[in-house]
Order: sequence, then structure tokens, then C-alpha cells
Amino acid sequence: MFDEQMIEMLCEGVIDTLYMTIASTVLSYVFGMIMGVLLVICRKDGIAPRPMVYACLDVVVNLTRSFPFLILMIAVIPFTRFVVGTTIGNNATIVPLVIAAAPFVARLIEASLLEVDAGVVEAAQSMGASTWQIISKVLLPEALPSLLNGSAVAAITILGYSAMSGAVGGGGLGKLAIMYGYNRYQTDIMFITIILLIIIVQLFQMLGNWATKRSDKRVF
Amino acid sequence: MSEPIIRICELEKKFQSKNSEVYALQGINLDINQGDVFGIIGRSGAGKSTLVRCINMLERPTGGQVLFEGRDLCKLGDSELRKARRSMGMIFQQFNLLMQRTAIENVCFPLELVGTPREEARKRAAELLELVGLADRAGSYPSQLSGGQKQRVAIARALATNPKVLLCDEATSALDPSTTESILSLIKDINRRLGITAVIITHEMSVIEKICTHVAIISGGKIAETGPVEEVFYHPKTEAARIMVTPEALKPEKLPKERVVRIVFHGSSSLEPVIGNMILDCGKPLSILYSDIREMDGAAFGQMVLQLPDDEDACRRIYAFAKSRGLELEDMSRV
Repeated sequence: MFDEQMIEMLCEGVIDTLYMTIASTVLSYVFGMIMGVLLVICRKDGIAPRPMVYACLDVVVNLTRSFPFLILMIAVIPFTRFVVGTTIGNNATIVPLVIAAAPFVARLIEASLLEVDAGVVEAAQSMGASTWQIISKVLLPEALPSLLNGSAVAAITILGYSAMSGAVGGGGLGKLAIMYGYNRYQTDIMFITIILLIIIVQLFQMLGNWATKRSDKRVF
Repeated sequence: MSEPIIRICELEKKFQSKNSEVYALQGINLDINQGDVFGIIGRSGAGKSTLVRCINMLERPTGGQVLFEGRDLCKLGDSELRKARRSMGMIFQQFNLLMQRTAIENVCFPLELVGTPREEARKRAAELLELVGLADRAGSYPSQLSGGQKQRVAIARALATNPKVLLCDEATSALDPSTTESILSLIKDINRRLGITAVIITHEMSVIEKICTHVAIISGGKIAETGPVEEVFYHPKTEAARIMVTPEALKPEKLPKERVVRIVFHGSSSLEPVIGNMILDCGKPLSILYSDIREMDGAAFGQMVLQLPDDEDACRRIYAFAKSRGLELEDMSRV
């Protein structure tokens, strides 16, 4: 059964999965970063308090996060078609992945930035730092190890979502597992996709741990 | 006397809680002159930290004025306030260094904020680290430095933008006594050499005694008393100040009732063994109940409490001897 065709298909699955995961993670960070930073600076005791902005963002993030991914994916089909022109394939999967993951990433970033010692932020203020300077020179660099750690968590979660998308037109390892493992009862293929997914998760986590440790100057 | 560098007028800070208002500060008036080392002492919760944070608007006062070089900081817009803050360095109890930057990068930080070119900032930062005695630790991260070293980096950082004032919020409270000593001498040195006015918040009398020229005692959100250190510490006029500055050993219940006198040294020569000569002169022994004398540049400062001999003639001679040395004996007996 492990003919050339099968191996080729598995390779393609791995590449597709990595493509969807990495592209979605990057895009989620673009939007999540903006939301996460806003959540931190706009809160009541933040450096630029805007209670209304905070309240709205908080609700949006919570709402999006309450959707189970599979349902969200189906619900945003019209939007997906509008953005990429189709609802099946890798690119079409990235749209709901980003919509689902960006609020999650925002929360991760919010938590990381809140770990930064308020005293350090205050010291920067006492030196005449502007809001933007505090974000770019204090909050983000000081939280970098925690942000990197969070990015591994985010990538692994997105990987899991991407596998689910195989059920409704997405590609990658999830599609293989559902098509062959579930619909055609090919347990061996199911098994191999699971192994491959485990390996990818391990790699992400190891990379995340390594980057976190390397970037952190606090522990020696 | 010229205009004070910091003038605080009727400052008030009110915290609003759900159904009550709490005044952290009320009716604060203070003048801090150029070149002073101005101490603000109070117990925890007295409002001293709130007060220093009102000076650079980290805490917005709810009333009154904070004049810095004649300008009311409360009225400045964001960008003008940021500019004003660059003239006021601040150091903290917890140092508040950027943990992901080396010592020299921390000192460069305020310079980066004002857009100093990198090379120039590095050069200036290196000079400042030299000034605080940490030139050899420029490449170390804060986690590799001791508390005293961290505070030195923080001082260098606070001085980077050539401030006129250095605000110290409990800057030595997290340090051990000998490190405290060295940080205080550094602050004094900076005050002398660079002419930077220092405002020192502390709960420790010894910090004030060591380096301050002026002191304000804050109690319950109000200034109880203010003036030159020697005056406030040895001749407090208000009850709140007396409670604050009286050492534990000098509480009335701890002293004998009779023939107790206090001598305050205001800078008389420390070369003469005054008490020794006093004993020789009267020919009777006397006991020292308490003594806290510091020597500064050959002059003695501090106070001493004695119990005089039970002999009228000897006492007369002691009083006469003290008078001849310009010392005043203050009777503390309670009979």
C-alpha cells in the first residue's frame, strides 16, 4: 500500500498543512497583535485608557472565541468566497483560520504584555516616553520571550484547526485522515497522519521553547 | 534667594472609591530649592510616594499646582509634559530596569527616546556608567547584577538626559545597609558635582540624616513640618514630627526621671573630646543614656542624652562648661 503515489500524497499533505498553519499563524499575529496591544493599552489602568475601545474589543474577542471552529468555518463561507473566490483548498481554509485564531492570539499577546512589570512602564513614562515608544521599546521587547512561547501555542492550536478543516473542503493531513482513514476505513493511513501531526506539533513546541529560552535575558 | 526649582502649592490628591473619597494628599505646600537634597519622610501610607509621583505627574493631582521652574506641570499637554519629564530623572525602590537590555542599553534607553544617534548615545552611556562606577559591567544584563549595581545603572539611566532634578522613590529601601550607604554617597556626590537637586522619599531617618539638607515630614497626607534637617530633627515643633523623629530609646518612658539633659551638636568641632573634658572639669562621672553623633568634615552633628551626677555643684560646672563650648543643655527631667 505504500506505493509511490501514497508517499507523494502524504508529502503533499504535510506541505499543505505546514503552509496553512504557518500562513494563518503569521496573518493571525498581524491582526492579533493589533488587538492584543489595544487591549493592553486601553484598559482602565493601561497607558492610554480608553474604556469604550477596551469594552468593544473585549466583546468581539469573546464572541469570536465562543464559536466552535467547524461552525465558524461554515458560517463565514460567503466571506471566504468573497476574499479568495472559492471555498475549498488551502487558501480558502486560511480565511476562517485567521478569523478564529486572531482573537485567540490577541488574548495570548494581552496576557504576555500584562506580565511586563508595571514599574518598568512607569520608569519609561518618567523618562518622557510616548505611548508608541512604550509599546515598541518597552512592552514588546520586554515580553518577547513570553510572546515567542505563546506563538508556539498559537501555531499548534491553528494546526489543530487546520486538520478539522479537512472535513469541509480544506486540504492537508486533515483531509487525508478524513478521506482515507474515516471514509475508506484505511486505518494505516489514519495512523500515519496522526504520527506526522505529532511530529509537527513536537517540532513547533521545540522551536518555540528554544526561541523563548534564547531570547530571555533574565535567567542564566 | 532665587526662585525654587520645584514649588508645590496647595497640592491635593483624592482617590475616588465606590462610595467614599480618600484624600491621599491635602494642602501640601513645599519649596525645593536648586541644589538642595530634599528629604520627604513618612510612615508607609502617609502619602510620600504619591507626593513624589505627583511631582512628575505619574500621578495626576486632583488640585493645586506643581511648579517646575515656574511652569505649572498640571496644565501641560502630553508632549510638553514629556519634555518636562526629561528634566527630571527618577529612580525607584525596585530599580525598574529593562530586563531584556544590558546595563549600557538601559542607560541608552532615555537617549533613544529623544532620538540621539546611536554612537553618541553609547558614548554618553559609557561615561555615565563610569560615573556610577560600573564601567566594567556595561554588557551585563540586570539579572546578572546585584541590587546595588542595578540601582547604579538606574541612576546612570536617570542622569542620561541631563536632568535638573533627581527624584528618588524609596531608592535604598530594597538594599542592605552598606549598599544603602554607597548609593547615598553616590547621590550626594552627584548632587555636589553636577548640581542636581535631589528629592528623596524614604521611611528611614538615617537616610535623611546622612545626605539631606532639608526635610519635610509627611503624616496622614499632610506636611507636618518642614525645614533644614538639623532644625526639624532636633527641635521638632509639632507633635507629628516629634513622634516621627524621636528615636525609640528617647521615648520618655524609656529614660530615667531625674537629671536628664540633652545636648544637640550643630557642627561644633569634633576634635575636642567634649564629654571627656566635661567629666574632668566637674570631677564627677556622668552617664551617657543615648548618643547619635555623626562626624562630617571635622564637625559633629547629632544628639546625646546624659544623666548628670547627683551633685548641685558638679551640675553647675557642667552647665558652665557646656556654655563655654557653645553647647546648650536641654533639661528633659520629668520631676
